[in-house]
Amino acid sequence: MGSLFRSEEMTLCQLFLQSEAAYACVSELGELGLVQFRDLNPDVNAFQRKFVNEVRRCDEMERKLRYLEKEIKKDGIPMLDTGENPEAPQPREMIDLEATFEKLENELREVNQNAEALKRNFLELTELKQILRKTQVFFDEHEGGVNPTESMTRALISDDSIARQGNLGSVQLGLPEKTYETEEFFPCFVAGVILRERIPAFERMLWRACRGNVFLRQAEIETPLEDPSTVRMKKFFKFDYVYICFRATLYPCPEAPADRREMAMGVMTRIEDLNTVLGQTQDHRHRVLVAAAKNIKNWFVKVRKIKAIYHTLNLFNLDVTQKCLIAECWVPVLDIENIQLALRRGTERSGSSVPPILNRMETCEDPPTYNHTNKFTAAFQALIDSYGIASYREMNPAPYTIITFPFLFAIMFGDAGHGLLMTLFGMWMILKEKPLAAKKIDSEIWNIFFGGRYIIFLMGAFSMYTGLMYNDIFSKSFNIFGSSWKVNVNASVIYEEKELTLNPSTADYSGSPYTFGLDPVWQLSKNKIIFQNAYKMKISIIFGVFHMLFGVILSLFNHMYFKNKINIICEFIPQLIFLCFLFLYMVLLMFIKWLMYYATDNKSEETYSPHCAPSILISFINMVLFKEPNHIEHCDDYMYSGEMGIERFLVIIALICVPWMLLAKPIYVMRNQKKMNYVVSHEQMNAATENGDAEQPVHNNAIHRAEGGHGSHAEEDLSEMFIHQGIHTIEYVLGSVSHTASYLRLWALSLAHAQLSEVLWQMILSKGLKVEGFEGGIALYIIFSIWATLTIAILVLMEGLSAFLHTLRLHWVEFQSKFYSGTGHGFQPFSFETILDSATQTADE
Amino acid sequence: MGTAIPFIVFTVLWGGVGIGLPFVVPKGPNRGIIQVILILTAATCWLFWLCCYLAQLNPLIGPRLNRHAILLMAREWGNEIK
Repeated sequence: MGSLFRSEEMTLCQLFLQSEAAYACVSELGELGLVQFRDLNPDVNAFQRKFVNEVRRCDEMERKLRYLEKEIKKDGIPMLDTGENPEAPQPREMIDLEATFEKLENELREVNQNAEALKRNFLELTELKQILRKTQVFFDEHEGGVNPTESMTRALISDDSIARQGNLGSVQLGLPEKTYETEEFFPCFVAGVILRERIPAFERMLWRACRGNVFLRQAEIETPLEDPSTVRMKKFFKFDYVYICFRATLYPCPEAPADRREMAMGVMTRIEDLNTVLGQTQDHRHRVLVAAAKNIKNWFVKVRKIKAIYHTLNLFNLDVTQKCLIAECWVPVLDIENIQLALRRGTERSGSSVPPILNRMETCEDPPTYNHTNKFTAAFQALIDSYGIASYREMNPAPYTIITFPFLFAIMFGDAGHGLLMTLFGMWMILKEKPLAAKKIDSEIWNIFFGGRYIIFLMGAFSMYTGLMYNDIFSKSFNIFGSSWKVNVNASVIYEEKELTLNPSTADYSGSPYTFGLDPVWQLSKNKIIFQNAYKMKISIIFGVFHMLFGVILSLFNHMYFKNKINIICEFIPQLIFLCFLFLYMVLLMFIKWLMYYATDNKSEETYSPHCAPSILISFINMVLFKEPNHIEHCDDYMYSGEMGIERFLVIIALICVPWMLLAKPIYVMRNQKKMNYVVSHEQMNAATENGDAEQPVHNNAIHRAEGGHGSHAEEDLSEMFIHQGIHTIEYVLGSVSHTASYLRLWALSLAHAQLSEVLWQMILSKGLKVEGFEGGIALYIIFSIWATLTIAILVLMEGLSAFLHTLRLHWVEFQSKFYSGTGHGFQPFSFETILDSATQTADE
Repeated sequence: MGTAIPFIVFTVLWGGVGIGLPFVVPKGPNRGIIQVILILTAATCWLFWLCCYLAQLNPLIGPRLNRHAILLMAREWGNEIK
């Protein structure tokens, strides 16, 4: 196990695997998840590889499993997910699996087909039953009249009366059939079922087609009928003559009552039979699916593992003798032991006698970057990786980010109350980690929160610390240690003055500051913002400069590790001097100002009084521009004696650092190259004189040509280096200024946060507290809920998000630009775990 | 002297966290990480406290309070108005 400070040392290995043992070995390596295989046949088409057939079989199995899963989901049978992780089965077991799936699929398909046929049958019979029942009413009316006209009239009348009564709107129509020429003609009846929404169109069509000679009577079938594919409400209708088919199902409808009764009986018995059969079919299907549901997750894992193994085997090269597979892979050096063990296990399992061979190879390629993370550090590593994956063996900022990230966040989010809410949320997620992770909630937002639970927890904890320091608890202060400010006035003064400013030079101020954090008196005061701005701006710059300085110092470790002496001398040292002599000096001035100047009424100490205290920003600007400070009466121009000389010295040295950064390295490289060239040409001269005259021209030419090529290449390199160094220097010098200013966002956001929470208190909650009597309770109940919602939504969530993003920027840009190149590529080991995870994720989507 | 005591207390406290505790971190794969966490926590928290303390050590301005706040301060934080 390596530490997180640098990525793991990697090595390229060659792996010789016995053909029989290859499968088992790769399976073991997949369980281990520490090996990244390289594709050795990149020019071979995916369809021409060795194990294409097996991969295809796996795909087929997966398809069958998906079909099964779909059917199981349709029936709502719970799938047993024991979370167990079965090993990849032996290749010979694949056939068994295939047979099982084949059988299951066929069985299921057959059952489904049968069920569908039965259902259709059932539907037809049900419709017929309904028709018989509905027509009964019509026929009952019909048989009463001898005269068809009379019956028709009656029918019409009844229709009218029904319509008048507003009953159900069912219509009965009789149609004299034209082909019936006999006087004793009886209308011909047809009955059927049609979709409800088609009725109006159907009616119109019938009317037109029969030129009005149609009676249509419709009745609704109240019970919904289950179509094998869809479930729809159907309508019952009955008509005499039809030319067009509106996808209506027609049913025979005997006219004689006895026939009808008989038919109805027959239909009933058939329906009953069908119901039994249908029930049995459903039972069978259910049994099959329940049995499958127990194993389906297991099967999925197995099939996906087999597929992954064959995919990997496809990356391998075949040895000439066809008895051996050759693989190339990246391996962490520290884990070679584990890999050897896994390979041995694999060989034993496959029963092969020849052990696999793992050879380390020399390579000039950039190895992949691999950081061992655990569940705590993974989230921080993810923050870094989303900027850029570290170059191989470069300093990894993640371990420092664990603290600096939540801390800078907390400077902006400083409120102990909001911090407490955040801590509790983070703690809840951490304590309930296992059950929450097992739930596999799909919501993306939840997953972001859950993935960052340790970050959230730490951010909350640090916010509580900074909140106590700012003495902000939901915008109110605690007075734990006793304020160091006191009111020393007579009653008369208070009644005269509306406002009063406490004087720090008198007994109003006890002389020693509040022990922990800001004095609670500031929360009550009118000039709180003035005081807090001065304080918060200073700490933003102080922490910013230290943060950047830390980044520059980390670059030293990078240079030292890569034995890059020239970078230490030509980059690190001038960078450090530049930053320290200008910006660290400014920080020093801040501390001097805090310590030197104090409120006093004593005339002899006037040079240290508040009105002589210089603005640090102005004096810093004056220092850089070599300007004399403006003279104020009774004050010293400088904070300490000799300040001007020291400042001039610091600025000049810092300015010298700029050309130092810009030119030193390219010039050094150029001179080195010249020296090399000189040596080469000298040797050449010597060689020429040693050899005979005859050979000289040829020899000379050859070398000359070679050297010429080399020379132009070097020149290009050199100009590139100048440009690169120029950009780097400008970036650093300008960056120091703009980055320092950029840290002022710490002040700005913390000010905004404090102001927002104060507004929320004054505009909402304090209003609720002012209502008296028992209505006050109700008002407070409502107002508190509004206040609480807004606090969570705006102050904790939105402000939290914005502070998070600003912190991210401060780390990515201001901190990491000092030492981090982030141009590596990640280590993607062949691991069943990640493969299965991604497979289930895509399946869920 | 009153000003020095909190300084000593907090310096010793955070110094203990940042310098003392890293030595007693149990051996294991995460030892380095835990040490870095402790050191950085102590350094940042101490500096933050120090800045806050120093900013108030020699106040250049006093708080401006309205009548209401003054009366309350006098009653709650001692020094009753005569």
